[in-house]
Amino acid sequence: MKSIRSLFGGDPRQFSMLGALVILIMLFQVLTGGKVLTPSNMMNLINGNSYVLILAIGMVMVIVVGHIDLSVGSVAAVTGIIVALALRDWGIPWWAGILLGLAVGAVIGMWQGYWVAYVGIPGFITTLAGMMIFRGLNQYIGDSNSIPVPEELQFLGGGYLWEWGPNTGFNNSTLLLGIIAGAFVVWREWRKRVRAARVGFEPDPLPIAAIRAGLLIALISYATYLFGTGREGTSFPVPGVVLVILVIIYHVITQRTKFGRHVYAVGGNRAAAALSGVSTKRTYFFVMANMSVLAAFAGMMFIGRARASGPFDGTLWELDAIAAVFIGGAAVTGGIGTVTGSIIGGLVMATLNNGLQLMGAGSDETQIIKGLVLLAAVAFDVYNKKQGRPSVIALLMRRRPTFRDDDAAAAATPDGGSSQAGPVGAQEELETATSSTPATETSHPTRNANNERQEP
Amino acid sequence: MGVSVSTSHVKLEMRNITKVFPGVKALDGVDLTVRAGEIHAICGENGAGKSTLVKVLSGVYPHGTYEGDIVLDGEVQTFKSLKASEHAGIVIIHQELALIPELSVTENIFLGNEIVSHGLIDWDEARGRTTELLARVGLEVDPRTQIKNLGVGQQQLVEIAKALSKNVKLLILDEPTSALNESDSENLLDLLRGLRERGLTSIIISHKLNEIEEIADAVTIIRDGLAIERLDVADAPLDEDRIIKGMVGRSLEARYPEHTPDIGEVFFEVRNWTVEDPTIPGRLMSKSSSFQVRRGEIVGFAGVMGAGRTELARSVFGRSFGIYRAGTITLDGEEITLPTVKSAIARGLAYVPEDRKTLGLNLLDSIRDTIVSADLSRITPGLLLDESLEYKAAEHYRKSLRIKTPDVNRGVSTLSGGNQQKVVLGKWMFTEPELLILDEPTRGIDVGAKYEIYTLINKLADAGRGVVLISSELPELLGMCDRIYTVCEGRITGEVARGEADQEQLMRLMTTTSSAA
Ligand SMILES: Nc1ncnc2c1ncn2[C@@H]1O[C@H](COP(=O)(O)OP(=O)(O)OP(=O)(O)O)[C@@H](O)[C@H]1O
Ligand SMILES: [Mg+2]
Repeated sequence: MKSIRSLFGGDPRQFSMLGALVILIMLFQVLTGGKVLTPSNMMNLINGNSYVLILAIGMVMVIVVGHIDLSVGSVAAVTGIIVALALRDWGIPWWAGILLGLAVGAVIGMWQGYWVAYVGIPGFITTLAGMMIFRGLNQYIGDSNSIPVPEELQFLGGGYLWEWGPNTGFNNSTLLLGIIAGAFVVWREWRKRVRAARVGFEPDPLPIAAIRAGLLIALISYATYLFGTGREGTSFPVPGVVLVILVIIYHVITQRTKFGRHVYAVGGNRAAAALSGVSTKRTYFFVMANMSVLAAFAGMMFIGRARASGPFDGTLWELDAIAAVFIGGAAVTGGIGTVTGSIIGGLVMATLNNGLQLMGAGSDETQIIKGLVLLAAVAFDVYNKKQGRPSVIALLMRRRPTFRDDDAAAAATPDGGSSQAGPVGAQEELETATSSTPATETSHPTRNANNERQEP
Repeated sequence: MGVSVSTSHVKLEMRNITKVFPGVKALDGVDLTVRAGEIHAICGENGAGKSTLVKVLSGVYPHGTYEGDIVLDGEVQTFKSLKASEHAGIVIIHQELALIPELSVTENIFLGNEIVSHGLIDWDEARGRTTELLARVGLEVDPRTQIKNLGVGQQQLVEIAKALSKNVKLLILDEPTSALNESDSENLLDLLRGLRERGLTSIIISHKLNEIEEIADAVTIIRDGLAIERLDVADAPLDEDRIIKGMVGRSLEARYPEHTPDIGEVFFEVRNWTVEDPTIPGRLMSKSSSFQVRRGEIVGFAGVMGAGRTELARSVFGRSFGIYRAGTITLDGEEITLPTVKSAIARGLAYVPEDRKTLGLNLLDSIRDTIVSADLSRITPGLLLDESLEYKAAEHYRKSLRIKTPDVNRGVSTLSGGNQQKVVLGKWMFTEPELLILDEPTRGIDVGAKYEIYTLINKLADAGRGVVLISSELPELLGMCDRIYTVCEGRITGEVARGEADQEQLMRLMTTTSSAA
């Protein structure tokens, strides 16, 4: 155990979640007699889920900051119909259509962000309204019709990378991507050591770093092989490429920028964040706005894949995205969650869907199982917290590496909440803030008080 | 550990308690013996293991997560939970109060122990019992009052009333007076004495050694997870210096470092500052207050709890409290406005809040994230945060503030109370402020660490910065400040220079409602 831990030392979370995912894939691979790990099935899996995964990227930020967004499916749908109509009726080029779609997302996002941040309506309510409004708008604008979309958009939503160069037996684009990814892994491992030396950290022992990089490269090689040797004309799918790019961008934004820190600060303790100079309103605003832009993007990818925009596009996407985020270790109370975790959570859901389908399960059974998995994943986590053990998901997924405060989660801080708040005050920013005590643990013994009846 | 106890009835014995957190041995074979009917104090530096010890005792850390035995009234106990220890008559009042602000006194007292008849809560009975309990602790408030409308001292009494409602045999108080002013503390200590008279055994943890000296029958001193010694009033009267010597392993010459101030020009000035209460229209929290800070000067603010010192400071600090009504701020001769906290930080102000858990820290964060969180631009050379700069900064403050932790990557929630306070201090020192406003900065901090913090404050002043020190401990103000303002009911009622000030005079000014001199 100890050695595994040091193997994954700096960054245990991705690895352990990834481990769960790999086991799940293997399980289905065996159960279906090898139907999961085939090029065409994996391409389907990516094509069919990338839009939900993109939603999960935005959703984890919304959830970390302490809200929720129920409107993403409707926002995706209304963007889809607007873009599809604009492309068909106005004759604008495809890229202008995409820009238009992003603009639509931005406008909707600012609308929702405004209500949440500056009027103070909880995200749940604002986006519940948004869910109805934008679904209605989709059907109003499109007259509940299905509108076909041009080829370029289909490329975005379900296309494949080009074939070029010498015959390597691989799709060369995929091969190139694989090589870049492998090089990146090596470079990152090397940079980590350089930085450790510069700052005076103890770097991981060389063999451990090597094994870690080796494992990742093996994984990448296998993926390259799988996606690069499919049917003629196929490759690692375009939506997958888009997804990877977005994941990298948002991983960096959440972990390495001021804005990212602000998101976690506001979600962790709003009042303290405000007193540290963080504008909580701006943070809410941008997180909500960003979510809608990503939803718009996902909507466009979806109509590309479906080759048409219809009145029921995006129904229930919000629930898939939210489930992905929570399976990926986010806390309902905010402050905890990562982009990579949510993507892995989303892939777990996607694999379940896919594997069960391949096994011939109907959508009824699939839904039941997915629901149970969601419940089990989070229950396991909560149970661990109660036992004072590390919350396997949440602690491992906590955004900073090398957290090992095992017992801490359960018992370290009997923060009764408002200990000595006194006349806690409020200039807008701080208004409701005091109630948002950092909710580290829901299960503290002195606070078993939730549904106390009000005294008559 | 050379602990010998005279043989009157032993209430509690903790034997050879060891508690390990990942990477930290918080307790290393501690013995604790408490006789029936005594007030037993536990003293030790921040992070020594005091809170951990009483958490073990009260089942917060359940049986099995520690080694050693707990023997209560001669019987070995294996508490699985807080509930189990309460059943045996042990009630703990934590370092941070655990009352629910939105609920009434009655509801809080009977929370989790509701009086039920015919399946419904019997509120009349509950209220009647509450009235009795409140009388026992000497608190005169309506049982229907919401907790959030009570002062900290009163809340503390409600906690004790709650403990009494549970038929407590052994009461544990973890730093009960750290947030209380002197008269409230005195009140509480009187109550404890009264309860002792009626046979209640209590354990009290405190950094206010004068109180320990005054009230305790015996003291167990813990250092680095080891029980160093046990002092008994029966052997010799307790003595602060003696306790300190046990705590830090050497005697402390002075409580306040020698300091010759080098005071320059006035650089920060607030004039006619008027602020309205955000919830009660028309009520002024600060009434035309004016004050100045010179470079190199440490300026104190004295006042009773609720006098409006915190409110004044926070409203100046980017209007983070209340509704601004009137007044000007001048910095280096230039009149400025500080409409947001961000602008205040940019102008070189820093405010260390009094309540670290709700206003100072994000408990989900690591030490290292917290230290840099008030000024991220310092670690953002380009577009992205530089984690090595962050690590360096965190290491710097870990060392200079002597934050007790093996690793700055740990969560702040794993630190002891006093060490959390140091992290908050570090977070604001990191911004290298021109004017550092400290609101009760040494609350819950041990004597040795206090001395270090005072030294740092002096250093800051010597570097030409200004320091505002809000404190409820008059000796601290008198020991540290070059000038002291007194505040009463939102008004500045006096200004006393170092050397001219004494406790009585401050007390008088703190309670005069008439306007400033
Ligand atoms: N949940 C936890 N996880 C890891 N370490 C912990 C945890 N709780 C406490 N510790 C460590 O155990 C040691 C003792 O902490 P404890 O809270 O008992 O100190 P204390 O004596 O109460 O100090 P203070 O006077 O500051 O309140 C500290 O080094 C602290 O960092
Ligand atoms: Mg403590």
